[in-house]
Amino acid sequence: MKYEILKLLARNAKYTEEEIATMLDADADDIKKAIKELEKDGLIRGYKAVVDWEKLDGAYVSAIIEINVVPKAGLGFEEVAKKIMSYPQVESVYLMSGVYDLNVVVKGKTLQDIAWFVAKELATIDSVTSTTTHFVMRRYKELDVELVSKDEDDRGQLWI
Amino acid sequence: MIDYSKVINTTVKEIKPSGIRKFFDIAATMEDVISLGVGEPDFQTPWQIRKAGINSLERGRTKYTSNKGYNKLLEEISKYMERKFNLKYSPEDEMLVTVGGSEAIDACIRAIVGSGDEVIIPQPSYVCYEPVTRLAGGVPVIINTKAENDFKVTPEELRAAITNRTKVLILPYPCNPTGAIMEREDIEKLYEVLKDTNIIVLSDEIYAELTFSGKPHVSPASVEGMRERTVTINGFSKAFSMTGWRLGFACGPKEILKQIIKIHQFAIMCAPTTSQYAAIEALRSCDDEVEAMVKEYNMRRRMIVNGFNKLGLVCREPKGAFYAFPCIKSTGMTSEEFCEKLLYSKRVAVVPGTAFGDSGEGFVRASYCYSVEHIKEALRRIGEFLDEIN
Repeated sequence: MKYEILKLLARNAKYTEEEIATMLDADADDIKKAIKELEKDGLIRGYKAVVDWEKLDGAYVSAIIEINVVPKAGLGFEEVAKKIMSYPQVESVYLMSGVYDLNVVVKGKTLQDIAWFVAKELATIDSVTSTTTHFVMRRYKELDVELVSKDEDDRGQLWI
Repeated sequence: MIDYSKVINTTVKEIKPSGIRKFFDIAATMEDVISLGVGEPDFQTPWQIRKAGINSLERGRTKYTSNKGYNKLLEEISKYMERKFNLKYSPEDEMLVTVGGSEAIDACIRAIVGSGDEVIIPQPSYVCYEPVTRLAGGVPVIINTKAENDFKVTPEELRAAITNRTKVLILPYPCNPTGAIMEREDIEKLYEVLKDTNIIVLSDEIYAELTFSGKPHVSPASVEGMRERTVTINGFSKAFSMTGWRLGFACGPKEILKQIIKIHQFAIMCAPTTSQYAAIEALRSCDDEVEAMVKEYNMRRRMIVNGFNKLGLVCREPKGAFYAFPCIKSTGMTSEEFCEKLLYSKRVAVVPGTAFGDSGEGFVRASYCYSVEHIKEALRRIGEFLDEIN
């Protein structure tokens, strides 16, 4: 049941408890309780809109930055990851397998913003040995939501 | 000058075009229409099925297959029928791959029904049985199934409809548009009526994968005594979201299939080859995809049924297919009036129950082959409509 609730909320966080209850053939109070627990247990970390910022006034740039670091004895990557994630420009931080260590998604208003942020903040962190910045050119899909205009519903040629 | 009124076959001329068409034509001219009209899945054909079709084209598999279908597909259908419905049919002489379930229905009726023979058709139901019967020279005998019986055919209704000219009983379950299903005991009761007759059951099970009662679909042929008198028709359109591929099949006693295959051989030759290659993949590897789609339909079904009932339009639980069939009698309107006014004033398209037979009066068909958000918006507009007419 909890898994089903999570799947629905991950699809659309605006579904009401009553709607979820209807869809899952459950009691609305039980759904309410389950959601509270999911929030308390930290399985649900937040609810937010999927925004297509580019539509606002064009002043939106994001970049994926690959970072190599020297892990600290006893702390591993935790310390540097925590430092990086504390910047408000940073949208996500992942520890990666493969040729680099941290994958950081950064957003800003201009290319310059991001370039400065990488040069002045990220690259200067002690344990960071190198950074590679990839600017995002176009966002097609984010958090399962399609950002490009959808194909029209081409059904309805035939009603049976 | 040719007098075309004398050219056309009278039987054909007298067939009315489908009642759904009118609403489609009106809706097509309007902007911002929220439709609950279509009877096909919104899901795309699962990718591995499309890929299999593409691969077959890349390998140049573009020739005819044998009349009855590509043998590998027939074998897969045979396995599928056993796995899903506990039915054994031989790929050798008991099955045929057709151009959609529709061709199978047509060929089956033509193989059995001659001039003046009667075909019992429960309604409300899919629109093809009556015209196809007439085209074969047969006489449709309608059973008007009732909401209080959950739109099932009862043994009493069946007994009353049988005459010494009856050749075929259509069993269109799970039912478009009512969502009704026939359970094992319902079929057993019909068998009691049929057992001493030569009546053949044409069981149209195109929605067999889409049932929501928790129990799997019971194929009439799997009920004791029924196999020898049943032609089972199914297909890929609804279960695998493959409407445009036009692929279905018929299974039944070899004595009947032999004749159906003859009609198919001369009218069609063989079903589309690309579709047949794709369908093999559907039967081999798509159980999970089908399950996921059924789960999704079920959530939408609960949403739409709950929505109609909350709005005061009594909607029985549709246990199969993907339609809700709410009663609109409380509005005092006929089905057509309701649909027309709703379309013009709120731009919501649903289909009048009367498109599926006179007994559909007082009901409308609302498809839930749409996203939950789409269904919510449609219900919101219908709510506004009901407020305004009250």
